[in-house]
Amino acid sequence: MIEFNDVSLVYPNGTQGLKNVSLKINPGEFVVIVGLSGAGKSTLIRSMNRLVTPTDGELLIDGEDILKYNQRKLRKLRTEVGMIFQNYNLVKRSSVMKNVISGRLGHTNTFASLFNLFPKEAVSLAYRSLERVNIAEKVYMRADQLSGGQQQRVAIARVLTQQPKIILADEPVASLDPPTSHQVMKYLRKINKEDGITTIVNLHFIDMAMEYADRIIGMRAGEVVFDGPASAVSEKTFEEIYGRKIREDDLVGGQENE
Amino acid sequence: MELVMPPKKKRSLYKTIRNLLIAIALIALYTWTFATIDVRWERVFSEHTVRNFTRVIPQLFSPDWGAFQKVMGLMWQTLQMAYTGTLLAAILAIPFGFFAASNMVKNKVLNNISKGFLNGIRAFPELVLALMFVAAVGPRPFAGVLAIAIGSIGMLGKLYSEVIESIDMHVVEALQANGANKIQVLFYGVIPQIIPEFLSYAIYRFEIDVRASTILGIIGAGGIGTLITISISNRKWDEVGMILLVIIVVVTIIDNVSAIIRKRIV
Amino acid sequence: MSNLEVKSVVSKNAKLRMTVILLVVVGLYIYTSWATKSTPMDIIKGWGGFQRILTDLFPPNWSYVPAVWEKLVETIQMALIATTFAAIVSVPIFLLSASNLFPNSWIYQPVRFIMNVLRTIPDILLAIIFVGIFGVGVFPGIMALFIFSLGLLAKLMYETIEAIDMNPLDAIRASGGNTIQVIWYAVIPQVLPQFVSFSLYVFEVNVRASTVLGFVGAGGIGLLLQQQINWFNYPRVMTIIIIIFIAVVVIDLISNKIRERIV
Repeated sequence: MIEFNDVSLVYPNGTQGLKNVSLKINPGEFVVIVGLSGAGKSTLIRSMNRLVTPTDGELLIDGEDILKYNQRKLRKLRTEVGMIFQNYNLVKRSSVMKNVISGRLGHTNTFASLFNLFPKEAVSLAYRSLERVNIAEKVYMRADQLSGGQQQRVAIARVLTQQPKIILADEPVASLDPPTSHQVMKYLRKINKEDGITTIVNLHFIDMAMEYADRIIGMRAGEVVFDGPASAVSEKTFEEIYGRKIREDDLVGGQENE
Repeated sequence: MELVMPPKKKRSLYKTIRNLLIAIALIALYTWTFATIDVRWERVFSEHTVRNFTRVIPQLFSPDWGAFQKVMGLMWQTLQMAYTGTLLAAILAIPFGFFAASNMVKNKVLNNISKGFLNGIRAFPELVLALMFVAAVGPRPFAGVLAIAIGSIGMLGKLYSEVIESIDMHVVEALQANGANKIQVLFYGVIPQIIPEFLSYAIYRFEIDVRASTILGIIGAGGIGTLITISISNRKWDEVGMILLVIIVVVTIIDNVSAIIRKRIV
Repeated sequence: MSNLEVKSVVSKNAKLRMTVILLVVVGLYIYTSWATKSTPMDIIKGWGGFQRILTDLFPPNWSYVPAVWEKLVETIQMALIATTFAAIVSVPIFLLSASNLFPNSWIYQPVRFIMNVLRTIPDILLAIIFVGIFGVGVFPGIMALFIFSLGLLAKLMYETIEAIDMNPLDAIRASGGNTIQVIWYAVIPQVLPQFVSFSLYVFEVNVRASTVLGFVGAGGIGLLLQQQINWFNYPRVMTIIIIIFIAVVVIDLISNKIRERIV
């Protein structure tokens, strides 16, 4: 369970990233965070694995305040929290397998990882993760030979190989076309439902948010301005969150390609 | 529990054999090198060395400030040598650069001859060139200047030709379409595009030439190198320390100033 | 009505500045070429010397080739050993010099500073000092080349590292990898081809440099060069020079071919 208690973040240059955020996210929820650029969505998500560090308040994950973690505990936290990025963040020159199995690095002893000596179970886990996103046949290809959507699926497989308790996705579909975006969101939802992993996604497409989320959190200027189930949300809600009328580029449209 | 494993990675036979051959070749190369190199270990780890160490190193690190005037004077001469040589080369390399550029001189034979000539010059270490010039005109800074100049023509000529080959030919085409003659195209279309980079490379080469000029004196071609030989044969290591200090400081200053100027040009 | 009178294509200020710069550059050149006695007059006067040396050097003494061969091999071996050790030792150094891997300036600034200082010392000067300590032989030569290549390779590599894509590093750090794992899995694969290419380039530079180190007693073919010049045996000198030339050209060619295939 994730608990934000009056969390604030002020950046070194003075901008306020988060302002008095208080939230509770239950295990297994599929939460989508929406808001304009700069509203604090990314900051909120990146606080949960401490890629950014809040300056005030308490951030409890499973009862422990992660803001007080030392290096060792931080590393352990990060093995339990998987992250998917807008730019996939794969090592382009490495193979798909190498990229996916690097999800196990947090669990592997440094020396062994230098020699690519992962336990058999890890290799099997990596392969099965690839199978779950239907990209197992590309296992030895170089990552930069894949399309955007395929790379994002490899990123999802990498996160699965971590066997995390929480999955964070920071604008996972912003670089993808509509059909591929739907495909990726469907995989995220499938994993959330099948494995019960708490999933928190940043999106700026409101139709996508309404379609896939259990719960929607709206942010503006670093503050939470909406928090409720997806069924209680309409386009008008978004206008309130954004503070302006909905535009065409707020919608992704399209259908998944089968 | 049965583990689902990924399929075995297919390794092409060609690649495996090739990698094996490369590995064998490298191992053979290194074994042969380390086996046959004649390092006189008895001398390296001898009492002699320890004595030298305790004598040389402390003196190196306490430079002889009394020699400062002498050293600075020769350093100034070194800089003059480098400046003369580089400037000469910067100008003389220009025609070579043009001849080697396939978009300016459309004659492939001329291109290749120029490229070959430039590459040829670059194969000569500067000290070797300086040796020949010292034998030709005597042990004077003049020999050093010539060595620097000839040596730099090689590198600058090659860099120049690369710059010329990378200009935007559309500009040239547009001028030609407007009725400009060859000279006008050159001055209004080509030269403005190449001047900043030519200058930048010339200044960069100056950095290298200053370093080179510092040691040409060892074989008599003028500059601070002449003092190095004298100090070493007199075993005056504190003087060598002073020389070292001056070289380090001057070269560092020139490198930094050169980097600043080059950033502003390009 | 406009008060602006445009008299020429280039603004007055720019023209003035360019003229001043040109005058300074040319003036300085006139001074330095006079001070070093390298004016065109001197070139004309020296012409006789050029002709003389050319006739002395040619024809080269071909029977001398076998004697040179052994020293040439030694020269190349020196360069090989120095480059190899420099490549290995440079790894931790250039990693520490990269400000995007170790943002703490107390780490990367001093490392860079030391490397930069080492690079300003001409390799022959290093060789002379090492000969003074370790005596005549290949060891001082290898040491000198080693130190020089270390600085050079470290600089080339940290500049490469500072230009890599930082995103994969974020991802591996976010999944719990420690610094070493981040470097091995996200940094090294991105820079490995460049590293091999630069190492080959440094090898080329070292071959060139080691041909002359022997002149000051640090091993290699330079020793023969010094001997033959002292005895005024110019045909042999020419032989040595030609062999150096061929060796450098061949090694450059091979190295360039390999480097093209890597990057």
